[in-house]
Amino acid sequence: MKTLLLGNEAVARGAWEGGCNVATAYPGTPSTEILENINRYSEIYTEWSVNEKVALEVAAGACFVGARVLVAMKHVGLNVAADPMFSMGYSGVTGGFIIVSADDPGMWSSQNEQDNRYYARHAKIAVLEPSDSNEAKLFTVLGFEISEKLDTPILLRLTTRICHSLGVVELGKRKEHNVGAYVRDTKKRLLLPIHARLRHIIVEKRLQKLKSYSDRFKYNRIEWGGKKLGIITSGIAYQYAREVFPEASFLKLSLTFPLPEKLIKRFSRAVKKIIVVEEGEPIIENELKAMGIKVIGKEKIPICGELTPEIIRDSFAEKKRSYPKKKMPLRPPVLCPGCPHRGVFYIINKLKLTATGDIGCYTLGALPPLNAMDTCICMGASVTNAQGLERAGGREFSKKVVAVIGDSTFFHSGITGLVNAVYNKANLNLLILDNSTTAMTGHQPHPGTGKLAKGSAGKRVLPEEIVRGCGVEMVRIGDPNNLKETETLIKEAVNFDGVSVIVFRRPCALLVKPSQPYWIDPEKCIGCQLCLKIGCPAIGLKFPDDREKPLAVIDEVLCVGCGLCVQVCPRDAITNKR
Amino acid sequence: MKNNNKNIVICGVGGQGIILASNVLCYTAFLEGYDVKKSEVHGMAQRGGSVITHVRFGKKIYSPLIEKGGADFILAFEKLEALRYADYLDKNGVIIVNNREIVPVSVLVGSEKYPVDINKKLKRYRKAYLVDAEDTARSLKNFRVVNIILLGFLARFLKFKRQSWYESIKKYVKQKFVDLNIEAFNQGISLNR
Ligand SMILES: Cc1ncc(C[n+]2csc(CCOP(=O)(O)OP(=O)(O)O)c2C)c(N)n1
Repeated sequence: MKTLLLGNEAVARGAWEGGCNVATAYPGTPSTEILENINRYSEIYTEWSVNEKVALEVAAGACFVGARVLVAMKHVGLNVAADPMFSMGYSGVTGGFIIVSADDPGMWSSQNEQDNRYYARHAKIAVLEPSDSNEAKLFTVLGFEISEKLDTPILLRLTTRICHSLGVVELGKRKEHNVGAYVRDTKKRLLLPIHARLRHIIVEKRLQKLKSYSDRFKYNRIEWGGKKLGIITSGIAYQYAREVFPEASFLKLSLTFPLPEKLIKRFSRAVKKIIVVEEGEPIIENELKAMGIKVIGKEKIPICGELTPEIIRDSFAEKKRSYPKKKMPLRPPVLCPGCPHRGVFYIINKLKLTATGDIGCYTLGALPPLNAMDTCICMGASVTNAQGLERAGGREFSKKVVAVIGDSTFFHSGITGLVNAVYNKANLNLLILDNSTTAMTGHQPHPGTGKLAKGSAGKRVLPEEIVRGCGVEMVRIGDPNNLKETETLIKEAVNFDGVSVIVFRRPCALLVKPSQPYWIDPEKCIGCQLCLKIGCPAIGLKFPDDREKPLAVIDEVLCVGCGLCVQVCPRDAITNKR
Repeated sequence: MKNNNKNIVICGVGGQGIILASNVLCYTAFLEGYDVKKSEVHGMAQRGGSVITHVRFGKKIYSPLIEKGGADFILAFEKLEALRYADYLDKNGVIIVNNREIVPVSVLVGSEKYPVDINKKLKRYRKAYLVDAEDTARSLKNFRVVNIILLGFLARFLKFKRQSWYESIKKYVKQKFVDLNIEAFNQGISLNR
């Protein structure tokens, strides 16, 4: 039977068919829908772990017992999980072990476009790179087998266009995998230096075996066309290249580390010229060059950004096509109407505070007109960066600094920094924006919600309890939709000497039923535009026929009735009464 | 890229229900026996940003992305977004635009301007249709069906069986909203051009 699946749905299906027993993840675009879809299968234990390192380690523990495991994350998540990944590279596997890395060329939702195929080389583990949904499913199933057969974790490397493209997938049945009983094996799993030295030798031998496996692997395949041009490619770039070079011969690589050297040499002898069509870094290209093969690659095809068929075509065209530049307003993402983060940023801006930021929907508070964030480096860095600001900028300066972090981000990697600040006697003002969900990635639960991945109840862990446990002396809870209260609390915090934490709690606007929309009485509105300062996409301006000054209007389709604008209007012109 | 494959760009503002509409379209094409690929946008841009979805179907599809100048149809949920992605339109392509302006915050804070005479600019395309989907949605008392109304308008240009559309809507829409969405779809088909 066939159906249509997103790449991420296909990986989930592959996990199920491949007998996966345990799956863990921390959300992150473009990987999130993998675990969301595995959640539908009762045969597989799933969890949203608090961060990627935790997710990978829980999966590793299950793998020790003999379970088939899958752990999914976005590319930068693998930075967080790199430590256990490297060790698992040495330790090898008991049950099949798949690490899914969803890379984000083009940075649709990320802070960088690191190419995690490098990581696999660094950790000496095998890489599978699907080029569409059908392969995403297939390679997940095969991944478990290869992992067990060759005693290696598998890096299943996806990219945004694989994760979020829909395609036709051939469905199969589940093959149960029996977990078995735990068997102690300290030489393999207790990486003391004396064991690890021996493991390193085993890892090098494993790479040799993997290399010859790669030469035999059926999905590293030649598709013969004309012999004038040979294309060597992998992942989504394969699909684009098929459109752009219909006459060429193709070497389509799927197990891309280690590369199938013999197959590559056979192919390169048969064609006159070779182009490596590769998205991101010149990884295949450089390895081919090291084999002594002459190829064209990144001198033509850009390293920066995502590839498209067009970009590849233009890279080799005599004359690039050009389109007349249209001057047009950009439409960057914005905080939604009714977003509970808005109030806090409005006050930060009003009080002219320096805010170290973090990653989530609330990063959008950095954009005009709120302009209420100075830094955003990686998850958790708001807390620690603020401490550093104080250490170099001085105590006085730190009284005008706040750190802003989301609830999911706090659990992910904010806690360690907070403990560090308390221990090192910092003057830190931390604002936890608790919208009781992981909003940016589509509303996954986390410890603060008390809900588990599949929807049942877990044990709720409240940020304020953790904070108190860390030794923070000033802890407050506030409602960010109440601007007066928000301002009072933030002032109190910045004037407090030592570590203070305010938890601003109100659920994400997308998770509550909209209230009656507001409207602006044109008889009362004086066109002062103060309501535009909150940056709500539902509030705009309109020129009434009889006046030269524009008045504010509320879009009834977008307004959810949060009432924040009512609090900033000096004329009481905004009302929800008809 | 040009053969018998059909290429459709659906664009608009994050949150307008573009993914659902494109899912319904893809599954209908799949039911009609085509190879189908679609590329969609999740994550950051879904928060009120500019969003584009590529849908392709035909005998055999490789790339999920459409090249500029390659779209047989553009279905735009918002006028500025129609203009933004109009380069994707094939010179014989059809562009269907929801008659709705959502002013980006960059305009509201005064750093940029929403194009004036945007309707005129859009009418310059040979086969352009301006559709009042919000009005129809208002009459159905639910603004969430704007996406399906627009899909209905597109449907009249595609030769798919009505039954396939309905089956597809049933697959993607919550049970209690199926009737409403089918009604919206039918109204979309018969909307004035
Ligand atoms: C290491 C790492 N993992 C995952 C992500 C993806 N990511 C960005 S923000 C975010 C969660 C934000 O949730 P929260 O802190 O609750 O803020 P909200 O979006 O709800 O405002 C995630 C998972 C990332 N950027 N980096």
